[in-house]
Amino acid sequence: MFKSRSKRMLLSVMAVGMLGSMFVAFAGISDAQKEEKVFVTHSGAIVKTTGEVLDPLYTESTVDFDPMEYLRDFDYGRVSELPDGTILREFTIIAEDDKTMEVAPGVFYNVWTFNGTVPGPTIRATQGDMVRIHFINNGDKEHTMHFHGIHESQFDGVFEPVGPGGRFIYEWRAEPVGVHPYHCHIMPLEEHIVHGLYGVYIVDPKEKRAPADEMVMVLNGLDTDFDTENNFYAANTIPFYYQHHPIRIATGDLIRIYVVNMLEFDPINNFHLHGNLYHYYPTGTDTVPSFFTDMITLSQTERGIMEFSYDYPGRYLFHAHKVEFSEKGWAGLFLVEGDALAETVSGTNYGG
Amino acid sequence: MSRGRLAASGLIPFAFVVVMVLYLFGPGSDLIDLGVTLPEITIEQVDFVDSEIHVTVRNTGPIPVDVVIADVNDRIQPAAIEPDKHLERFETALVRIPFEWNEAEPYVIGLTVDDGTRFEKEIAAAAPALEPDIELFGFFALIGTYVGIIPVMIGLLWLPFIKNISRSKYVFFLSLTVGLLLFLGIDATEEAVRVSNEDLSGSFNGILLISTVTILSFIGLYYTGNKLTASLDSSISKPLAVGLMISIGIGLHNLGEGLAIGAAVGLGQIALSTFLIIGFALHNTTEGIAIAAPLAKGKTSIPKFAALGFIAGAPAIFGAWIGGFLYSPISAIIFLSIGVGAIFQVIVMILQWIRQEDKTLSSISVAAGIATGMIIMYITSIIV
Repeated sequence: MFKSRSKRMLLSVMAVGMLGSMFVAFAGISDAQKEEKVFVTHSGAIVKTTGEVLDPLYTESTVDFDPMEYLRDFDYGRVSELPDGTILREFTIIAEDDKTMEVAPGVFYNVWTFNGTVPGPTIRATQGDMVRIHFINNGDKEHTMHFHGIHESQFDGVFEPVGPGGRFIYEWRAEPVGVHPYHCHIMPLEEHIVHGLYGVYIVDPKEKRAPADEMVMVLNGLDTDFDTENNFYAANTIPFYYQHHPIRIATGDLIRIYVVNMLEFDPINNFHLHGNLYHYYPTGTDTVPSFFTDMITLSQTERGIMEFSYDYPGRYLFHAHKVEFSEKGWAGLFLVEGDALAETVSGTNYGG
Repeated sequence: MSRGRLAASGLIPFAFVVVMVLYLFGPGSDLIDLGVTLPEITIEQVDFVDSEIHVTVRNTGPIPVDVVIADVNDRIQPAAIEPDKHLERFETALVRIPFEWNEAEPYVIGLTVDDGTRFEKEIAAAAPALEPDIELFGFFALIGTYVGIIPVMIGLLWLPFIKNISRSKYVFFLSLTVGLLLFLGIDATEEAVRVSNEDLSGSFNGILLISTVTILSFIGLYYTGNKLTASLDSSISKPLAVGLMISIGIGLHNLGEGLAIGAAVGLGQIALSTFLIIGFALHNTTEGIAIAAPLAKGKTSIPKFAALGFIAGAPAIFGAWIGGFLYSPISAIIFLSIGVGAIFQVIVMILQWIRQEDKTLSSISVAAGIATGMIIMYITSIIV
């Protein structure tokens, strides 16, 4: 009796063990019946699945940061006039480093931000204006603001680290005309930049540029697994965003893009426009364009102004011609529309 | 002690264990909330099918994860994940990446999880996944026959020779069998360890899995083997029972060989699979000797004899089918480890028998036999 029971026990223990390991080994094969979903591949094929779609297609309802809003959003500051007649533009910039943002569908990354977004706000002034930045560090680490441009040493944001809870006021006369980056300058610098502490600073000439549909594009990358290689590339942070949400422009309208390369790790980045060429003003410091091209190559913090207009309506790609970057998110579309749209776009505020 | 008290005295310590575990790990406990838990997934299998790459992924980390992005050669691709992207611990999913892949080119498949960490697996050369049709089914059966059944049958032809030799020479051949089997056991262990290192996530504790399955297999077969030789003494002879146990052990071992061949064909490693077929075929003729040696003592009819050869050889066919169509690293390791346990059980059985025959294990015949067996196996394993 005892013997046969122990035998049975031994056999059943072995059987359970074997069956259990088989179950683990083959668990992936079982498949519940589910509703079919459909998605489109990059080459246009249509694929059905009973599961979920993994696609960098980003719907606006779930996006923390809206690249479409950032694209044409310029911050001119709180404007007042100094006794000598100079225009004073004051900005309040708050640094934080504890925010987690959904940077691509389902990918959550700890972003360090100026005023809550990556990139930070686009600060805009006219040449000769006084610019005053009230900087508040609400992060847990030291941060600063270092602007490219001309200013006194004490406002360079390098030797005056601002600790957690600290404040600092940066002040200078807006010089020179052009498009410039700003970023945190605390060591390790690469870390503070790649986490998102950067933005764009535009100095307009006193004599305004021609009216145009103006946009800012920061070419950036995200190293979400901290291996000093970018996992994602983008214009304005969210990979593939403008590919799935084309930027609507009108035929005949002058388009002006302030483009700044803030990519780290990769030595170069570039910008290729389809079906058109653009006039390019390196750093935006000159009023005469240096190139008429469809391809510029930019190194770290290299920037400039692009101007073009489309004659023919339709969809036109723009992307890094370093194709690796475009296949990891740095690609977008212009949706060029005919006369119907022209009026509404012309009605927008062209750069104050 | 009453039954109730007995039960209670058995259960009370267990209840304390439950209380302790709940206290340490239960909700609201932060006593062991140390360090950072990192997600981990393992890409277990990659199949290249028509215009798609199929990736089997398992959550092998300590926490649930979402698989959110798929890429091929570090280029992001729209893809589908079935049944869904959320993976609990040890759960698997199939990621389908539409991709026009090119045969024989290397690919790196990457999957990114919700915290942005990317995991990848490199495929040396893309080859079309095997489709289980009748033709391939037959092909594997044929290979299994060449590798398993035919060489073992050839080896069995040494029986008349072994039958007509002196006792010390006979002990030598039994010991030779021990040597052959020792080598095969070590060989299969090495193979299991290799699969564990290359394809199995660390969370499965591959080495301990191999040890556990090997020992379970050993004690299970040792117990049933002894029962068999004890209870069936009347109906079948002891030599036949030992021969049967050896056949079963070798059969499980050949299942492992079939798995290796099937998996190599399945992974498109044509050169490797050809090498394996020739190697195993030569190797396996020696297994016939192992079965023949104990049978030499008794009278065995030709059909029984053939049946033993079949038991030892045919599992190679099943192995090739499983390896080619249903391969998974964990099932391969389990089959190999069962085989190891079976082999060591057979070794113990033969040694016991030699002792009965010869009263000692420290004779020159035993030493020379085991040494010769190991050396033969080693040489046949390197020259092919």
